[in-house]
Amino acid sequence: MAASVLDHAPAAHAPAKTGVWSWITTVDHKRIGILYGATAFVFFLLGGLEALIMRVQLMKPDNTLVSAETFNSLFTMHGTTMIFLGVMPLSAMFFNYFIPLQIGARDVAFPRLNAFSYWVFLLGGLFINASFLINAAPNAGWFGYANLTENTYSPGLNTDFWVLGLQILGIASMAAAINFFVTIVNLRAPGMKMLRMPMFVWMSFITQTLLLLAFPVITVALVFLMMDRHFGTHFFIPAGGGDPVLWQHLFWIFGHPEVYILILPSFGIVSEVLPVFSRKPLFGYTAMVFSGAFIAFLGFGVWSHHMFSTGMGPFADSFFALSTMLIAVPTGVKIFNWLGTLWGGSLQLRTPLYFAIGMVAQFIVGGLSGVMHAVPPADLQQTDTYFVVAHFHYVLFGGAIFGLTAGAYYWFPKMSGRMLNETLGKLHFWMMFLGFNITFFPMHFLGLNGMPRRVYTYPAGLNSEFWNRVETYGALLLGASFLVFLWNLWATLRKPANAPADPWRGATLEWLIPSPPQEFNFGEVPPVNSSTPAWDLRRARGGPLPEPGHVSGAGIHLPRPSYWPAVTAIGVLGVIGSILLTHAVPHSYAITLTGTAILFYGVYRWAFEPAF
Amino acid sequence: METSYGRLRRLARLAPAVGLLLLLGCAENYPQTTLNPRGDFARMVDHLFRTTVWWAAVVFVLVEGALVIAIFKFRGRQNDPEPRQTHGNTTLEIVWTIIPSLILVAIAIPTVETIFKTSDYARGGVVESGVVGHLWWWEFRYPKLGVVTANEMHVPVGRTVNLRMTTGDVLHSFWVPQFAAKRDVFPGKHNPLWFKAEVTGTFPGQCAEFCGEQHARMGFNVISETPEQFAAWAAGQRIGSPMVNGGRVEADTTLPADPAARAAKLAADSVEKAGQALFLAGGCIGCHAMAGTPTAGVTLMKGPNLTHIAGRSTRVAGMLVNTPENIRKWLSNPDSVKKGTLMVLPRRLTDPEIATLVAYLRSHR
Repeated sequence: MAASVLDHAPAAHAPAKTGVWSWITTVDHKRIGILYGATAFVFFLLGGLEALIMRVQLMKPDNTLVSAETFNSLFTMHGTTMIFLGVMPLSAMFFNYFIPLQIGARDVAFPRLNAFSYWVFLLGGLFINASFLINAAPNAGWFGYANLTENTYSPGLNTDFWVLGLQILGIASMAAAINFFVTIVNLRAPGMKMLRMPMFVWMSFITQTLLLLAFPVITVALVFLMMDRHFGTHFFIPAGGGDPVLWQHLFWIFGHPEVYILILPSFGIVSEVLPVFSRKPLFGYTAMVFSGAFIAFLGFGVWSHHMFSTGMGPFADSFFALSTMLIAVPTGVKIFNWLGTLWGGSLQLRTPLYFAIGMVAQFIVGGLSGVMHAVPPADLQQTDTYFVVAHFHYVLFGGAIFGLTAGAYYWFPKMSGRMLNETLGKLHFWMMFLGFNITFFPMHFLGLNGMPRRVYTYPAGLNSEFWNRVETYGALLLGASFLVFLWNLWATLRKPANAPADPWRGATLEWLIPSPPQEFNFGEVPPVNSSTPAWDLRRARGGPLPEPGHVSGAGIHLPRPSYWPAVTAIGVLGVIGSILLTHAVPHSYAITLTGTAILFYGVYRWAFEPAF
Repeated sequence: METSYGRLRRLARLAPAVGLLLLLGCAENYPQTTLNPRGDFARMVDHLFRTTVWWAAVVFVLVEGALVIAIFKFRGRQNDPEPRQTHGNTTLEIVWTIIPSLILVAIAIPTVETIFKTSDYARGGVVESGVVGHLWWWEFRYPKLGVVTANEMHVPVGRTVNLRMTTGDVLHSFWVPQFAAKRDVFPGKHNPLWFKAEVTGTFPGQCAEFCGEQHARMGFNVISETPEQFAAWAAGQRIGSPMVNGGRVEADTTLPADPAARAAKLAADSVEKAGQALFLAGGCIGCHAMAGTPTAGVTLMKGPNLTHIAGRSTRVAGMLVNTPENIRKWLSNPDSVKKGTLMVLPRRLTDPEIATLVAYLRSHR
């Protein structure tokens, strides 16, 4: 980094900020990022455990390890957890930590709103999982199809936990999306035009747009369902003039963009990792930006491909078939440009690159089976079978999770100041790669050979035994791979800091500052003249940049810690969560009113708290 | 290095083809497979699917192959000089936009053609069947033939069957992979499906839309038989059917002259009488229609019509083989066989009561 006037400022002796209270009141995007990551990883392991129990249940026909009700709760909570409590907040960890660093900002646009998002997410996640404690875990699927979710067929609190939990989580997602959107639009370093943003920032930006447009739809659908369940309306009850198909349309108008909300951050990470470890810029930067935007745009015009078996008629089927096929074109452009990035490079085969290449290789499989479902008559055989389970796990695990893991290995040194062990990293990769493919590839065979989804068991006569057994072994290997990762994290964090500012020869701004960064990120923001500013500086110097020193940061104003975001989040939980008790507890509105009071008091104190 | 690299490339080229052969070739032993169509609808779908699989296989081999080659060919070392810095290539971008688009057009044309053939009822279907999904069993009706049955759909081979499908409660999905594909059923509306069985035999199907606790146990069989067998079956089913004469059957009060036959008739009459009394007293008619009882002519009940129960090969939505032992097991505690089943007994039945009911149900072919 260029010499800064701050280097010469007297060193300030700010007290080290440690302890639980410092984490509860933090508004530092990096700390909130770590909170998101740690919390999401715990939920992710919980979702994985749910999956492992299901795999052991399905290991042999007519197995009785768990009951039908338990199994139904397991697959409902597995899907809900992985999507809303695992992959989305793991992406949010990277948004939080690296959007400001990659665009050269001190923090996000609204630091306290950022803390609020995290606390609402945490409380929402705890709320929905608390259902396990009273044996009322959601059990009608992560898609919550009406009219099964109506009171007549789902009388317990199970579905209420799901409906209200998702509403709470939706508030966290919306607040975060507004925050990152404004951050990217307003806080970029001088010289960083939109078409010079790192690809991860671009894909994050598109993801926030999707969140802002898709989440209101699921919010409306959930309000309708809540009204049906608690206040006597008939939005989805045919006997009262409602229509269960309406739920499916609303759900998937949200649900398909949601798929891109899950995968685009991973696309962004891979687009960072491949150039750095190929030592050559991203191939077709502009094509990558516009293909990402095009995918997101088309993502709102394909929702009914989840509904080919509902009998929409030939014209709707044809429209959604063609729009879905069309989305394969920009997706292909992304894959070809990644290949173009690797081609002719000098590939540094380190752990992040392993995971990034694994992501590309497996996403191709998920993309190809996606084209197969885009053919409605063929989908009439495939939908609701294990073939579809194979498909979306290739996209969301083989794609999203592998990409996020690449990001974890890539950015861990920046976040912790420590290099993860390469040998354990590669062991993690090979176990995860083999475990994943052994678990999910045979699901293509099972589905095509007649095994439906969401079944707690299957009879012996269908010849499904062999692959089900193989898959369970694969799943155990997959689960074990995360133990290796945990071991690697634990062992590394116990060692002293050893990571330089730029261990990988990175191209973007975060590699110009110490690992981990100081609280204010940049003493002085370096010039940005391209999408690879760190490489520009390196080239200008004709060799490696000197290790950046810590600067005092005197004179830099940072927002003060605040606990009002956390208080406000508790108010949100009180308002929405109390609806659960409408029928179960008399005068439950008292809790709702208390929650409202906490919410308003929190917002009031937050609003009048001095920000600096 | 060169040889192992070449071998790897060959292997990479072979693997998907081997996988495809494994997948598409060995479907014989899978009774619920989609890959071994035995009906015209499923055959049309299978043809289209195979087209996409081959295109996908070609793309898979080329793209994954390029990826593997890139990994081996461009492996670098820490201190290697900086590779040539390329930023993109417009010609390439156009090429890899257009080629996939052309492949998709090649898939899209037969797709749209097939959509229009598979979306509605078949024209000139000779057999009309109504399908009603229930928690958790299937009802099949033949309005023109006056037949109502459960969990076993009979169809004549070589004749097109039109299915008019709905549900009595939540969403289900009717799926019989070897004959047709699947389509969901919704309350208050009817969805179409059709197929023509090409061979005789028994083919399993299953509910494919998650419908609650026992979704996994909502199977059924489609029995394809010769037109003569089908006609004979339908004629038998018409006797006591709620759709024929209100389910009334003239009781045969004559006694055969032959002493042995006379004794058998008397024994059968007493089984019928005792079973009927228990069937009425136990409240079974709250959910089940049955010839000879007040519900004989009632349709759309919660449980299956039991008039010809003994003639079906399985019970409890394909879960149990229809043997006296299995009926006994079911009647002694339905919930322990199929947790959550809507079948409730007014109280625990005694062993003699169960024996009476078993004999009664077994006599209703």
